[in-house]
Amino acid sequence: MPDVDIDLLERMYTTARTIRRFEERAVEQYRVGNIRGYLHLYLGEEAIAVGAIAGLEPDDYIVSTHRGHGHALAKGHEPGPMMAELFGRATGYCGGRGGSMHVASGALRNLGANGIVAAGVPIAVGAAMAVRQRGGREVVVDFCSDGSSANGVWHEALNMASIWDLPVVFVLENNQFAVSTPISASARVARLSERAAAYGMPGITVDGNDAVAVHEAMREPIRRARAGEGPTLVECMTYRHGGHHVNDPGLYLPPDELQRWKAHDPVDVLRARLLASGVPAGRIAEIDASVEATIEEAVRFAEASPQPSVEDFLAEVSAL
Amino acid sequence: MSRIKYRQALRDALREEMLRDERVFCIGEGIGERGGSYKVTDGLIGEFGPGRVIDTPLSEAGFVGLGVGAAIAGSRPVVELLFIDFLLLAMDQVVNQAAKYRFMSGGQGHVPLVIRTQGGAGNSLAAQHSQSLEAMFVQVPGLKVVMPSTPADAKGLLKAAIRDDDPVVFIEHKLLYMTEGDVPDEESVVPLGVADVKRPGDDVTLVAWSHMLTKCLTAAEELAAEGISVEVVDPRTLVPLDIATIVASVRRTGRLVVAQEAPRRGGVAGEIAAEVSERAWDALRGPVVRVAGRNTPIPFNLALEQASIPQIADIVATVRGVVGARTPVA
Ligand SMILES: Cc1ncc(C[n+]2csc(CCOP(=O)(O)OP(=O)(O)O)c2C)c(N)n1
Repeated sequence: MPDVDIDLLERMYTTARTIRRFEERAVEQYRVGNIRGYLHLYLGEEAIAVGAIAGLEPDDYIVSTHRGHGHALAKGHEPGPMMAELFGRATGYCGGRGGSMHVASGALRNLGANGIVAAGVPIAVGAAMAVRQRGGREVVVDFCSDGSSANGVWHEALNMASIWDLPVVFVLENNQFAVSTPISASARVARLSERAAAYGMPGITVDGNDAVAVHEAMREPIRRARAGEGPTLVECMTYRHGGHHVNDPGLYLPPDELQRWKAHDPVDVLRARLLASGVPAGRIAEIDASVEATIEEAVRFAEASPQPSVEDFLAEVSAL
Repeated sequence: MSRIKYRQALRDALREEMLRDERVFCIGEGIGERGGSYKVTDGLIGEFGPGRVIDTPLSEAGFVGLGVGAAIAGSRPVVELLFIDFLLLAMDQVVNQAAKYRFMSGGQGHVPLVIRTQGGAGNSLAAQHSQSLEAMFVQVPGLKVVMPSTPADAKGLLKAAIRDDDPVVFIEHKLLYMTEGDVPDEESVVPLGVADVKRPGDDVTLVAWSHMLTKCLTAAEELAAEGISVEVVDPRTLVPLDIATIVASVRRTGRLVVAQEAPRRGGVAGEIAAEVSERAWDALRGPVVRVAGRNTPIPFNLALEQASIPQIADIVATVRGVVGARTPVA
């Protein structure tokens, strides 16, 4: 593994830790009734968003999924308005109209989480087409799931991206389950990245719990996309730390398998890398404390935020 | 009679039909060991095995199409879509294939397919998991559309749907699964196309289906306390639509309010209003009035979500207005 710049490592750790604490606090806020509806947690998968986005430029796009908090935070969304959106408050990224499954930010070039599995994949291809048409140099990173690769539209989208050499990187987060259905019951290929061959694009599989490995693996795909050489499929192996959503205990996850993956925790992996690079434990504690304060502030911000106005909503919809 | 939940009634119907006819099988996402998101298929895989209770990948267009093919070739598939919103991924198979096969083949083949799915708002599931899309399917000749509001109807109508020789879109409501009601112990099949007067009354006819029906019954109770007698009619199936029962009721009451959760524009409520206006204009004492959802995607925020679909108070106020319009206070 090549040496990684300490600053970058610290930034990646900070982001991973931010996602971790954001999710843990969101669970707590769900339990007290401040968050309703579906809440799909990114716990255990933090390294993918962190590693995949670390090498992007601010103008690059991402397309997210129903399990999208980590993507948004890594792309620079502020925890406060993120948490406020989960609360359904007026100060949230979507004014409380979208919620957890629909976080999006035009300014931060997050084209949106999605409640429909696989629906974001062709949208990412379309964004790449728009970039190409206006002669832009931005890259689109499409986060997609193992489940999405069973959907017809996933195949259609990858094929089109390939035949037109579009600037997109498909980051497939293989957490090995679609709700309770194991990937072995949905696919007969050993690695989903093998499917890339069917579209004539490179496909690789990487340890999705190691942000540095993901970051390294993304270098060539991002370069390739930006250079107009076409898309790449990057499969990141990972595992959820719990059920499909906050109210699913996930009892079907084989305990030994879950334990194995928890022992290879993405936040711990980054911490170990920091220590191995000579960053003192005290510095890491400082980062942890500052993340703690940020997330505490985010929860307070959400709690103190107003509900959206029903009158404004009714005025808005009367035009629809 | 036994008092059981809507979801249990659906499960009983599936089980009894699978026992009765070995051509019947269930297919969908997470319906096996997991028993489905709303536990409707709970335990069926243990009894019937993975050959007749089949878990699929996330391939909606594929497994709905599989259902069409299996139905044409002699099986009786019950395909489950977790949310009606996801049925949109399979619209070609539903609209261009299943609905038209009997006609296009000159009657050589037919598609005894049931698509079980659920819709509706009320759980803060936001714009892509809360829609009321029945009008889309009502618009397609060749499809039947069933929307039960009670456990007894759910059971009896699902049995009829499975026995039907043509494609049926069977739409449940996420807020109904845990509701309870009396269900006959003996076999009871509720025929498609027969409305049910859920509450008799004299002053005004109130038509609604699915979860909106339960809101209308509560509204009727409140209005009764004010001396307004509301007849609540549940068509139960939107295709075929038992317009005769609705017209007969309107001929007695002289007034019609139609309530639907779906957006007002282009909805089934408008269709029923038009049918009644054409057939019973002479009996109407005033315009037919709709209570309907706003023309908006369903918002995530709870207060906005509630503001986007009719609440009991909206139904009460509308009915009051309609009745008051005929007999202005002296
Ligand atoms: C088209 C579609 N089908 C089904 C669902 C319901 N659903 C939501 S998430 C999910 C499982 C998704 O698994 P996967 O795609 O692997 O993503 P993960 O949840 O594991 O991140 C299912 C079945 C959906 N939202 N959209």
